[in-house]
Amino acid sequence: MDFNDSPQEAAFRAEARAWLEDNAERKGPGKVYRYKRGEPELIPAARAWEERKFEGGFSGISLPREYGGRGETRLQQIIFAEEEADYLIPPAVFSISHGMAVPTLLTYATEEQKQRYVPATLRGDEIWCQMFSEPAGGSDLAGLRTRSVRDGDADDADWIINGHKIWTSGAHYADMAILVTRSDPDAPKHKGLTYFFFDMKSPGIEVRPIRQISGYSNFNEVFMTDLRIPDAQRLGDVGQGWQVAITTLMNERVSSGVRPAPDFEDIFDLVRMTELENGPAIADGAIREKLADWYIKAQGVKLIRARLMTALSRGERPGPENSVSKLVSAFRRQEIAHFGMDLLDMGGGMVDPDLAPMRAMYQQALLDAPGGRIAAGSDEILRNIISERVLGLPPDIRVDKELPFDELPSGR
Amino acid sequence: MNFDFSEEQYLLRDQAKKFLNDRAPPAAVRAVLEDDATSHDHGLWRDMARLGWVGTTIPEEYGGAGLNGEDLCVIAEELGRTLAPTPFSSSVYLATEALLMAGSELQKQDYLPDLAAGARIGCMAVAEGIGVAHATSIQTSVNDGMMTGKKLPVADGDAADFAIVLAKQGAVGDLSLFLVDLDGDGVHRTPVEMIDPTRSHAEITFEGAAAEPLGAPGDGWSLTQAIFDRAAIPMAFEQVGGAQACLDMATEYAKNRFAFGRAIGSFQAIKHKLADIYVATELARANAYYGAWALANDAPDLPTAAAAARVAAGEAYNLAARENIQTHGGMGFTWEFDCHMYYRRAKLLSLALGGERRWKDRLVSLLETRNSSGEE
Repeated sequence: MDFNDSPQEAAFRAEARAWLEDNAERKGPGKVYRYKRGEPELIPAARAWEERKFEGGFSGISLPREYGGRGETRLQQIIFAEEEADYLIPPAVFSISHGMAVPTLLTYATEEQKQRYVPATLRGDEIWCQMFSEPAGGSDLAGLRTRSVRDGDADDADWIINGHKIWTSGAHYADMAILVTRSDPDAPKHKGLTYFFFDMKSPGIEVRPIRQISGYSNFNEVFMTDLRIPDAQRLGDVGQGWQVAITTLMNERVSSGVRPAPDFEDIFDLVRMTELENGPAIADGAIREKLADWYIKAQGVKLIRARLMTALSRGERPGPENSVSKLVSAFRRQEIAHFGMDLLDMGGGMVDPDLAPMRAMYQQALLDAPGGRIAAGSDEILRNIISERVLGLPPDIRVDKELPFDELPSGR
Repeated sequence: MNFDFSEEQYLLRDQAKKFLNDRAPPAAVRAVLEDDATSHDHGLWRDMARLGWVGTTIPEEYGGAGLNGEDLCVIAEELGRTLAPTPFSSSVYLATEALLMAGSELQKQDYLPDLAAGARIGCMAVAEGIGVAHATSIQTSVNDGMMTGKKLPVADGDAADFAIVLAKQGAVGDLSLFLVDLDGDGVHRTPVEMIDPTRSHAEITFEGAAAEPLGAPGDGWSLTQAIFDRAAIPMAFEQVGGAQACLDMATEYAKNRFAFGRAIGSFQAIKHKLADIYVATELARANAYYGAWALANDAPDLPTAAAAARVAAGEAYNLAARENIQTHGGMGFTWEFDCHMYYRRAKLLSLALGGERRWKDRLVSLLETRNSSGEE
């Protein structure tokens, strides 16, 4: 075993670090990035940072050179993300664009479309959103109902879209969208889907931000009324939308190395600065047991990541590492937030960053954490993925696979 | 970045897997379980010695294989997976480590070649009955080279030829380690029945037994802790191996047991339970691998890595063993099924070297020291 970079990896890391040092400010005590998610000022700043990386050759690191990428491996991409995490940079606005839209375009779009959209996206000119989930199709994505209908009988006739998407991150600032629709309600649910991309400035789009329990609005409802999409912007064959959507989801980004806050180090700091009725909190046996449990999980996730890096550096496909890490980290964050506030006792409910320790990190996390356990694969879906794809247990008995979509029971 | 075992280590693992599947199947473990007079599988022990496993970490100059801690961990995982009923952990992780760490040149020459050949079995005697053994609780003492006191329970105390004993030097003296020949005068051994009868334990009474110092006088407690730290890592691999075996058993059963007209493994109540065991086992494995790296490289944070591996692996194994029985339903609760052998071993291993609570406390203490000294 060897935790060091290979000479090639070390050279890339040094190059990345040198570039970051020249182009961004390093993180330090009390220094936070100016804009938060949900603040409008963030978007131009994020675009500018993306353009800067593009000019420096650090955007789309694992994407082909002919489309503006760097043509390196995913390992290099992770190394850059690890280094980037030490600097004050805008929160990820481009992760869906780079991690989901671009790989799908590279697999299914025409050469002309790839030339038109991929470099523009890497340069920060275009931000993409992903219109998959619907009120009737969340974890059960293939249950979606947004209808796509041909406008006429021609083989290349435009499509008319009507429907309602939800949980669409960034729709309120996105320039472009990828979209899955139902083109054939008489076919079984996975076989009647068709996939498109379109310009968010098209007529017939209405975006309504959803206010989360934290008070912020990172995602939206999107209503489509007679939205017209040219057939040339269909990705994959008619009825093949499920396969294309799987391509998109398979490319969900490899975790960037940005740790969820609060994590072990944060709660460890809070415990060590807290006095309880009987003395220092750190001397309390029950608290020490919790700390030990959180440490082995935080450390385990960090080390599982090292295994992922090992697999990538050998050119192997990643295994179930991300499912394990996400399941463990999202739940731990909620537990730590809850416990951190409990430690503050009657004052723990105060959310003013000037009053609550660590700029109200725990209070904010308590309200953010439930979303972490639902978005991008809920705890339950991740457990299904692990039990079916890793352990090989049989899938749940399905009542919805063979029936025409229109005949499926839908509840209220 | 190469956070994985080497090709040679994978070959060693395959060899160990094949050998132990053949030589330590559940029937062999059960034979020791059901025979009160047998401390361990003598034939298995002899052949493990012939394969060179017993001397894995002993340098070649003392007749060992001269391999490193990672190699030992590869073997340990397979021993844990199969529940191999031998004194391996006592003789290899503890007695051998103690001699390598603290033995004089003469002591090394005396003991290590026999340990490497499996001709002598060593054990380590710390506990003195119920409760936490700590620096001021130890009563066993040595005066003028003669030991008096009682150690209970001593893992492999009845199978071993010699013991490394933690005792006071004089009536009020500092704690030191001593080598004691268990077949010598003034030593009385009685088998003690444990929660896992496939691992033999004894009560050892010393009444004027000859005791030879091991390591410097007064170093007994710090040496014991250092030996336990190192032993905790292969022990964690045994626990990971056991947890994986339970997960495999439960998964296999869930695929083949039908109820309500379907495989019970298609119910999410079962699937999610097994997914949680998988996650706990992977977290434990990751922590244990880091421990193996620390062991092979004598890393400065070995104690932290060891405590983390120990805590993660103990939790994973106990969860896996408990929920394996649950997945098997009523049959899992019978003597006839093998589930209980893992359930017993899981608990025994999480008490050996000190209980989970103590290791969690130690882990946090080590993290406090690390953070206050400004390291990351």
